[in-house]
Amino acid sequence: MTPVDDLSTPVRRRGGGFGRYAEPLALPVVWVAIIVLFGVLKPASFLTVGNFSAMFSSQTSLLVIALALIVPLTAGDYDLSVASVAGLSAMVIAVLNVNLGVPIGWAVLVALLVSLLVGVVNAVLSIAVGVDTLIITLGMGTLLEGIVSWIGNSTTVSGISTDLVRFIVRAQFLGIPVEFWYGVVLCLILFYFMEYTPVGRRLLIVGRGREVARLTGIRVKLMRGGALVTSAGLGGVGGVLLAGTTGAADPTSAPLLLLPAFAAAFLGATTILPGRFSAWGCLLAVLFLVTGITGLQQLGAQTFVQDLFYGAALIVAVVLSHAVRARRSRS
Amino acid sequence: MTEPAAPLLEVVELAKSFGGAQALAGVTFDVAPGEVHGLLGANGSGKSTLIKILAGYHTPDGGSVAVRGEDVALPLAPGLPRALGLNFVHQDLGLVPSLSVLENFLVDRIATSRRRWSMSWRRERTMMREILARYDLDLDPRMPVGDLRPVDRALLAVVRALDGPGTELRAAHRLVVLDEPTVFLPREEVTRLFQLVRRVADSGSSVLFVSHDLDEVREITDRVTVLRSGRVALTGTTSRLSEDELVEAIVGARVNTAVSYRRPDPAAADHVLRVTGLAAGLVADIDFTARPGEIIGLTGLLGSGYEDVVRAVAGAIDATAGRLRLGEETIELSSWTPRRATAHGVVLVPADRLREGAIADLPVTDNVTMPDLAEYMHGGLLRRGLMTDRARELADTYDVRPRDPRLLFGELSGGNQQKVVLAKWLQHPPQVLLLHEPTQGVDIGARQQIFATVRAAAAGRVVLCASSDHDQLAALCDRVLILRRGRIAAQISGDELTKSRITEECLRGGRERTPS
Repeated sequence: MTPVDDLSTPVRRRGGGFGRYAEPLALPVVWVAIIVLFGVLKPASFLTVGNFSAMFSSQTSLLVIALALIVPLTAGDYDLSVASVAGLSAMVIAVLNVNLGVPIGWAVLVALLVSLLVGVVNAVLSIAVGVDTLIITLGMGTLLEGIVSWIGNSTTVSGISTDLVRFIVRAQFLGIPVEFWYGVVLCLILFYFMEYTPVGRRLLIVGRGREVARLTGIRVKLMRGGALVTSAGLGGVGGVLLAGTTGAADPTSAPLLLLPAFAAAFLGATTILPGRFSAWGCLLAVLFLVTGITGLQQLGAQTFVQDLFYGAALIVAVVLSHAVRARRSRS
Repeated sequence: MTEPAAPLLEVVELAKSFGGAQALAGVTFDVAPGEVHGLLGANGSGKSTLIKILAGYHTPDGGSVAVRGEDVALPLAPGLPRALGLNFVHQDLGLVPSLSVLENFLVDRIATSRRRWSMSWRRERTMMREILARYDLDLDPRMPVGDLRPVDRALLAVVRALDGPGTELRAAHRLVVLDEPTVFLPREEVTRLFQLVRRVADSGSSVLFVSHDLDEVREITDRVTVLRSGRVALTGTTSRLSEDELVEAIVGARVNTAVSYRRPDPAAADHVLRVTGLAAGLVADIDFTARPGEIIGLTGLLGSGYEDVVRAVAGAIDATAGRLRLGEETIELSSWTPRRATAHGVVLVPADRLREGAIADLPVTDNVTMPDLAEYMHGGLLRRGLMTDRARELADTYDVRPRDPRLLFGELSGGNQQKVVLAKWLQHPPQVLLLHEPTQGVDIGARQQIFATVRAAAAGRVVLCASSDHDQLAALCDRVLILRRGRIAAQISGDELTKSRITEECLRGGRERTPS
């Protein structure tokens, strides 16, 4: 196999030195540092197998939504509806399985198809018709929130088949619920797709230079549309995980994952391959965010610390990646 | 014109140099009241330096400027040209498309008025209607400028320069400098602009009409001044000057007799490329053929549309009509796309390298392997190593320096960037290589290398090169097609293919001429 090293250092920067290594390593180093910090401050509750197991697995749906986001982000488009798609997917499963008695397997399948359909609508409206993706997906996100409340009668629908719950959280591998490992597998697939397939590289080219891509003969509209359908599909998968984690679906929690997902996507773009959205970067960023929040809560912080942390992380990440980009284009 | 009055504008021995290069070497001319005065000259003749001195951008090294017989202090202080009644309408017109006609008209007052809080739109509208009526113009003050026809935008800009806010207090007779206002106007609409210019002159104001277009200059101006290499090459009454005299004054070389353009012989069998009836962007009715091994240049003045020909053949812009015959295949250009073009081996090296040619913040490797990524897929994996090897090989072949394909494209110099874009398209020899300003922003050394590369690439294939660099066309091409107003107007080849000949043909009017 081609050395991964060749990919992770795509640029041999002039006068590289310390900065060249410091940049990709900053996030992992800070992550380890806060683990050590919380470990020292709260050894009894923080440094336990149970705590780490929970930290690793509890935010897998967030990870999946962040992974969904980086596909259109790489192609240069925003998808602000992806968290609402996850909410829709979870609610469709709950309504079909609980209220209508549809077998769980079919319910999941329908939820995924509905999610893909949303992606197709997004793609047709924004790419084929030519309206800004930001506006279309913003509208779509709110529209879907309305639909979710509508079909779920504005309440939490609980009692989803335990088969799904077992399949997603009860089973464990290496002491961590399988949900986490699903996320890891998804990262691996996305990493392979984005770095080791021509389609994935074309996606990057479309994002970095749309006109260059068009004149090179790349089907820009197809790529951008495909990215939106993919993000909606992955959002649907995120919804399945949400439904399976709690055994229920509620109309409000999924849309709240949008901002943390952006924070994870941009924070992830400051590491591994600085300046580029990456699957492993998302994983690392989600783990960092969860660790920080968990540690602060164990130190007695109130729940609003979550918003503080996510919001600050998004701002810091975007500022950092902007600075990285600016420095690159200057050099 | 009435009895001889003091000239409205008098320029005496104006000189200006930039770091040793003499842009103006003592220019003297004057503009009489009520006169439309043409200012002609090739690129680099000193025209724009002169205008920028009048507008107060540059400080001249010597000479004087008088307005209505009174010397003015140089450089002209900001705001002084306007206070003296000197107004400028540049090619881009300086209008805001999303604002209304009235808002654009009043933009100076809106931007600078001390009365911040109140404005009587009704009164302003009435006033503007009166001004428009005076010039016999039918524009709706409430219409967004973006919805106006191009010529109406030009008319608005001229009227604003003459009668916009603040002009009420100025001298009755003013000067408007029209800096290439017709370049992007359709031929039929230029007449309306000229009607307005005439009206302005009849009212006693003057117009300094800067243009490349000899036909227009001959049609609208009373007198004309030609600049060449910073000096006045000719000044005189327009009606007494022949086109040849004007061309000679601009080009500075002995004028050859014109050749008209011969339509290609459809029976000619040995061509690999034939374009028929192409209409796209600014061009229409474009017909030409190319034989294997030929390098064909396309040029013309700004606004002639020469670059639209190569961009349409590349599929980069949409064609409304036309056919392309490539070897045995005939293609309708209206359904042509870059994707289909590249699949047919028709590739474009665009003028805008960083926006269209390659991606600045990706490594050279990614940029050169872009067209055929699937080739590097083996065993289900894209082989980065193979891509880098190929990029290194291409960097050697095309002498891209520094020779590290992992460098970002944006880190290379202009010349090396262009070599990378050429390598991207020449690694699999194309059938038709399309170049647009191929050596723009490229240093001299790399320029020669690029010429050599293009010549080598032309062997057995066709190269079309759209360029405004006449030196380059003379050096590189076997044949040059000259476009005027969107049509092929002349063709130069063989011994006649010289820089001055190309420039001369670009400048000539569009009238038919018989070859002699």
